[in-house]
Amino acid sequence: MSLFSRHQILERNSILLVVAILIVVLIGGIVEIVPLFYLKSTIEKVEGMRPYTPLELAGRNIYVREGCYLCHSQMIRPLRDEVERYGHYSLAAESMYDHPFQWGSKRTGPDLARVGGKYSDEWHVTHLANPRSIVPQSVMPGYPFLAKAVVDPDQIAADMRTLRKIGVPYTGDDEKNVAADLAAQANPDDPDVAALQKRYPKAVARAFDGNPGNVTEMDALVAYLQMLGTLVDLKLYDDKADLR
Amino acid sequence: MASSTARKTVTFGEGGMTLVFAVMAVLCLVAALKAHDLPFAFHAYLSAAASVLAVFMIVISYQRRPSEPIPAEVDGKPNYNFGPVKFATVAAMVWGIAGFLVGLYAALELAWPAFNLDLPWTNFGRIRPLHTSAVIFAFGGNALLATSLYVVQRSCRVRLAGRIAPWFVVLGYNFFIVIAGTGYLLGVTQSKEYAEPEWYADLWLTIVWVAYLLVYLVTLMKRKESHIFVANWFYLAFIITIAVLHLGNNATLPVSPWGSKSYIVWGGVQDAMFQWWYGHNAVGFFLTAGFLGIMYYFVPKRADRPIYSYRLSIVHFWSLIFLYIWAGPHHLHYTALPDWAQTLGMTFSVMLWMPSWGGMINGLMTLSGAWDKLRTDPVLRMLVVSVAFYGMSTFEGPMMSIKAVNSLSHYTDWTIGHVHSGALGWVGFISFGAIYCLVPWLWHKRQLYSLKAVNWHFWISTIGIVLYISAMWVSGILQGLMWRAYNSLGFLEYSFIETVEAMHPFYVIRALGGLLFVTGSLVMAWNLWMTVRSGEPEAVPARPALQPAE
Repeated sequence: MSLFSRHQILERNSILLVVAILIVVLIGGIVEIVPLFYLKSTIEKVEGMRPYTPLELAGRNIYVREGCYLCHSQMIRPLRDEVERYGHYSLAAESMYDHPFQWGSKRTGPDLARVGGKYSDEWHVTHLANPRSIVPQSVMPGYPFLAKAVVDPDQIAADMRTLRKIGVPYTGDDEKNVAADLAAQANPDDPDVAALQKRYPKAVARAFDGNPGNVTEMDALVAYLQMLGTLVDLKLYDDKADLR
Repeated sequence: MASSTARKTVTFGEGGMTLVFAVMAVLCLVAALKAHDLPFAFHAYLSAAASVLAVFMIVISYQRRPSEPIPAEVDGKPNYNFGPVKFATVAAMVWGIAGFLVGLYAALELAWPAFNLDLPWTNFGRIRPLHTSAVIFAFGGNALLATSLYVVQRSCRVRLAGRIAPWFVVLGYNFFIVIAGTGYLLGVTQSKEYAEPEWYADLWLTIVWVAYLLVYLVTLMKRKESHIFVANWFYLAFIITIAVLHLGNNATLPVSPWGSKSYIVWGGVQDAMFQWWYGHNAVGFFLTAGFLGIMYYFVPKRADRPIYSYRLSIVHFWSLIFLYIWAGPHHLHYTALPDWAQTLGMTFSVMLWMPSWGGMINGLMTLSGAWDKLRTDPVLRMLVVSVAFYGMSTFEGPMMSIKAVNSLSHYTDWTIGHVHSGALGWVGFISFGAIYCLVPWLWHKRQLYSLKAVNWHFWISTIGIVLYISAMWVSGILQGLMWRAYNSLGFLEYSFIETVEAMHPFYVIRALGGLLFVTGSLVMAWNLWMTVRSGEPEAVPARPALQPAE
């Protein structure tokens, strides 16, 4: 019996056909995905990674909500021009607490993996509200509505509890102080700033939207953008560590 | 037999579904009242209303149906169930036009950013997923539902399994589309490309999809033909694999059962791999395997020729579904995904060229001996050109998956052009061709209202596609080259914004191409409408005059 006539067995039996299809389509995915969970070299050892502060997390959720990833990548490839344009190539460790990842697939606008600290807060606030007031040729949408929307601490607290359940190392202490941390990071004169920076090293507290009063979505998004790529100390990173 | 006087009884399906939807209505109302955010409340109210409507529909269908079970055969012919097929066909056309229009709007936003209007629900970041989901899942999905539920009945010579179930699949799927689409505009998204709907929409889709698989499988099992026809293998692979991908890529933990937000359990690099394992196989199984099912039924049917090679179909089928799954990592070349995974992705993507072209050859060579029909039948021409576009984009894809090429093409419009040569040329045209075949068959018309209009549709849309993809090739390669250009002093030659500025003319040409494609689809919708309304009815097959035996 040739292979082709043997195929008739599948053509005559729908359940066998279903089982065969299932086996054939599962193989590739298993081989490519499962090792990523146990090979130690998948995520590099680095210094400085920490979970997002409540304000940065709120900003990240706005980034997700508005679909920023559709035009901005957060993944610098190890190519000469990219490293010169954007900075050190991105490491897997830098997105280890990202649920979901935001590497993106299109650069209608520039990569944002290391945008943190490149521009002033004022630049970001003006640019987000009206991109063409700063960059006349830009095709980015304006987001003036962010300045009016207020961040809800209860929502962020619930978000952090959920993230903790799926493996992001937030502590009970972090969870208890969400409202205080949120307010402190948007107001440099807040007495809780020191506590915030103890919980989240390198966290920057500023009146991001220029107004230390209420915490707006503009504060949150700018805080997120300003921390992107600033956590890992790349001088300490050994890029030969995983070579064999 | 006392069948005509049999007392009408409520079937298990009718009773069960009424109960389920009644409970759903109450649950959704509770959810609406407890909702943490506005979009969730809106969706919960919408679901409650839909559940109530479902209860009414079941009750009315019970009242209208005859008391005895639906006969499997009428006049010795299978008593096919084409109601859900008709619905999905119309839905495909309606969603198609809506999806193309949203795409056109997104193209205008990129050419002239003032179109964003600086409002949350009209900015490009929310419009783009609306466009991709509308064309892939609403237009493509309904085209697949319509054709698969048609083909499985005809090729098995048996009525669709279930009475309420097929309607549940078709209506439930379209309800999912409504929830997903309105969600995007309200900012409800998981931000996973082509899997943006949030957890509750995903959950609903899972239920609908299982029902789809069951309807399809049970229909296959009751078939009157000994062999399962090749188109059904492809549809089956599409249904099964999409279920696996959907579950894997949407493993989320909701923040609250009363809120829209959820977090995916995968993080960082693993999430990236899951996403593109899903993302590329949404292309491979939704936009390829499913539509190959269409090709294997509608091309031979329209050309009135048998499929070119049975053995090639077998090789094509198994190699395609085995290799496709591996191709995902080519979306992650030079990223923080480990090199071994990138290399595997590239290798399998290049190998994938072979089964893809095997399928193309099987489709095109089916016309052997019937090539002359391309001159006279614009519907067949549309089907054949779609297969040619399939061949073109399945050559381009493997080429772009080579790391050296990808280092230039990735992140640029070249990818967008590649996707659209597949989406407009292959998926669009094969769906149009299939719908042009289906409408006269379903509404019992002798032929389409106007073949001339099909011809117009074909040429307007083809010119639109050519404008679109060539504009994107030029802008993509141009931008890729500008990003990596160095001046004589060894500095980067262009700032990023200079490369954005250089894209403008091509974005305008792309929008023009999109406008032509939309125009073509409007011609099609008019033609179909006229076919249903005033097309010449199908000639009733005259019974051959019986001759007395001699």
